[in-house]
Amino acid sequence: MAITLTEPAAQRVKTFLENRGKGVGLRLGVKTMGCSGMSYVLEFVDEINPEDEVFEDSGVKVIVDKKSLVYLDGTELDYTREGLNEGFKFNNPKEKAACGCGESFTI
Amino acid sequence: MALIQIAEPGESTTAHQHRLAVGIDLGTTNSLVATVRSGVANTLPCSEGSHLLPSIVHYGEDGVHVGKAALRYSVSDPLNTIISIKRFMGRGLEDVSIEDAHYSYVFAQTTSVVPRIKTRSGNVSAVEVSAEILKTLKKRAVETLGLDNSGDELSGAVITVPAYFDDAQRQATKDAAKLAGIKVLRLLNEPTAAAVAYGLDTGNEGVIAVFDLGGGTFDISILRLNKGVFEVLSTGGDSALGGDDFDYEIAQWIIKQGIIKQGIITDIKDQIHSPANKRLIMQQARAAKETLAGSDSVIIEIDVEEHHWQAELDRATLKTLLTPLVKKTLMACRRALRDAEIDKQDIAEVVMVGGSTRTLVVQEMVADFFGCELLTSIDPDKVVATGAALQADVLVGNKPENEMLLLDVIPLSLGIETMGGLVEKVIHRNTGIPVAKAQDFTTYKDGQTAMAIHVLQGERELVSDNRSLARFELRGFPPQVAGAARIRVSFQVDADGLLIVSAREENSGIEARVDVKPSYGLSDTEVESMLRESIEHAEDDMLLRSLREQQVEATRVLEALDSALATDGDSLLSVSEKTEILATRQILFDLRSDSDKNKIKKAIKSLETVCEDYVARRMNSNIKTAMQGHSINDYAGDLSANSAAKEQAEESK
Repeated sequence: MAITLTEPAAQRVKTFLENRGKGVGLRLGVKTMGCSGMSYVLEFVDEINPEDEVFEDSGVKVIVDKKSLVYLDGTELDYTREGLNEGFKFNNPKEKAACGCGESFTI
Repeated sequence: MALIQIAEPGESTTAHQHRLAVGIDLGTTNSLVATVRSGVANTLPCSEGSHLLPSIVHYGEDGVHVGKAALRYSVSDPLNTIISIKRFMGRGLEDVSIEDAHYSYVFAQTTSVVPRIKTRSGNVSAVEVSAEILKTLKKRAVETLGLDNSGDELSGAVITVPAYFDDAQRQATKDAAKLAGIKVLRLLNEPTAAAVAYGLDTGNEGVIAVFDLGGGTFDISILRLNKGVFEVLSTGGDSALGGDDFDYEIAQWIIKQGIIKQGIITDIKDQIHSPANKRLIMQQARAAKETLAGSDSVIIEIDVEEHHWQAELDRATLKTLLTPLVKKTLMACRRALRDAEIDKQDIAEVVMVGGSTRTLVVQEMVADFFGCELLTSIDPDKVVATGAALQADVLVGNKPENEMLLLDVIPLSLGIETMGGLVEKVIHRNTGIPVAKAQDFTTYKDGQTAMAIHVLQGERELVSDNRSLARFELRGFPPQVAGAARIRVSFQVDADGLLIVSAREENSGIEARVDVKPSYGLSDTEVESMLRESIEHAEDDMLLRSLREQQVEATRVLEALDSALATDGDSLLSVSEKTEILATRQILFDLRSDSDKNKIKKAIKSLETVCEDYVARRMNSNIKTAMQGHSINDYAGDLSANSAAKEQAEESK
């Protein structure tokens, strides 16, 4: 069971956490919403909950709650640039289909 | 696959519910757009990596160009290239005629009150030109945020305006945004936005100075932070002083050095003044200025035709060159402090805004003047847009609710005209906005069925000394005796400082309203002088006000008496009584416009005394008439019916 970060993603997360001035790590998760079943959650973490699993990759603490981990296991978080837009991208091997806009997915 | 940004804990939006908002700094020289992503506010660059969008619009044969693309045409096609359009926002033709000498474009002769510039694409207004700049910024935001091209997902924008912008200029800015298809969440004062970027809004209470030296304009604002509300204590500045003047001074030095000391470019003296050479020297001057922000000296090299010239400019020389200009800004600071009635020592923070504050001479002299550290850590070009983006983020609800919402205040009191040319203030200056206040007014004459409502802005007591914003009429309410009609006038100022006035006659429910959009506006100096006058004339105004009040009262008493005498004077009064009343009336009549309010007061008093019996008799006779044919029981029945209805109403609540 593991979640990994690419080097650019790890760098970005560190910078964002530094600028924010507080927070222990990054939360990855899923929500059952959106037009294709589920959508990804990406949040700063100030407090780790008892039901959370904590991974560490490239110096960044990645926090995932156990329920979400089932859907996210094996995911690599990347940071990419598409034209002027830049942001994080979930490379999830379990993802079977995404909706047209790519904001939600099914497994 | 859409790209995702990091959200605050528990604030993740679900798919398709992103609330993306931007902050826009719509500047005179340059404009920027910024947004908050992954908790950090940043300005957005264009595809070439430049964050600043020159506020220039070119109307070309092949369409409209904005920014750098338009800058290229500023020399070759000046008539269709529009710069510094912000100076004309919300201005009328008469304001423009003073300024137009400095601009190369031509104003069209029109009958409309809004000045229009002649271009290849027809006559355009300042609002339309600004909308082109906003459209370009919106496009940049939409592309950067990965939204679809319609931009529907953009929840809105916070756009900044100078603190001294009046209603008309603010409305023009809003109109431009509307034209560009941008929903305005809020207009925010530029100095307030800069203070927000530094997080001063969450800090303690205190007085903040915002020193904004841009390319062509200088603004100083003194703000007081009090319970999350930024109150603008005073503004000042110079609308024709900025970094361009610095460049000009350096260019003059280059020319002087080149001609006098080196003797090399003497023979091309004429060429020096050709537009191309002038521009070349200005560019070198600017580059030298920018280099000196990071090093002690700079080598300037200029190649004109086959001549080569080279010289060294050091910081000390630069300081000598720029000191007179910086002193000018400090004089404006001193004035602003005086207007705000604040001592230099009371300033807690000084925020530096505008690219020209990078110049070290400026930083040194300003720090010396205020005697404290300056806030310079955020890029001074980007600080206003950054603050606007932070505010936009809060406004669309991407932040936890406990984050405080910023408030602004109205700069001048708002009120309406009452009898005698007096102003009744409904909302006082420095009231936090948004705000809604209502006040009841009544009719002055018997049978009056209409009321003219004249909306005014300013601090003085007399209508003629204040600024007229709008006039409208409330018509068609039923005739009643003087003082019986209840007219509720409501003033509503929204979060952007825009005013809506409505009036409603409560007995009949007749309503009228007006959105105040004055055709042209007050400049900051006018606001300043209006405030100063109100203080200087405070005492005169007060005396004048009470005099006018007495004069109005005298006229009212006379009219009431005349109408009473016409109805029942002969039936209720003996000949001698009537003669006495008429004689006393004549005294008041002669004195009604007198300049001694005590004389008028005395005459009113004596007339009232003489009429006492008459008034009592009238009252009795009126009651008798009203009750004729009724018994007391009828009224008792009415009363109990009333109270029963009241009880029922209470219960149903």
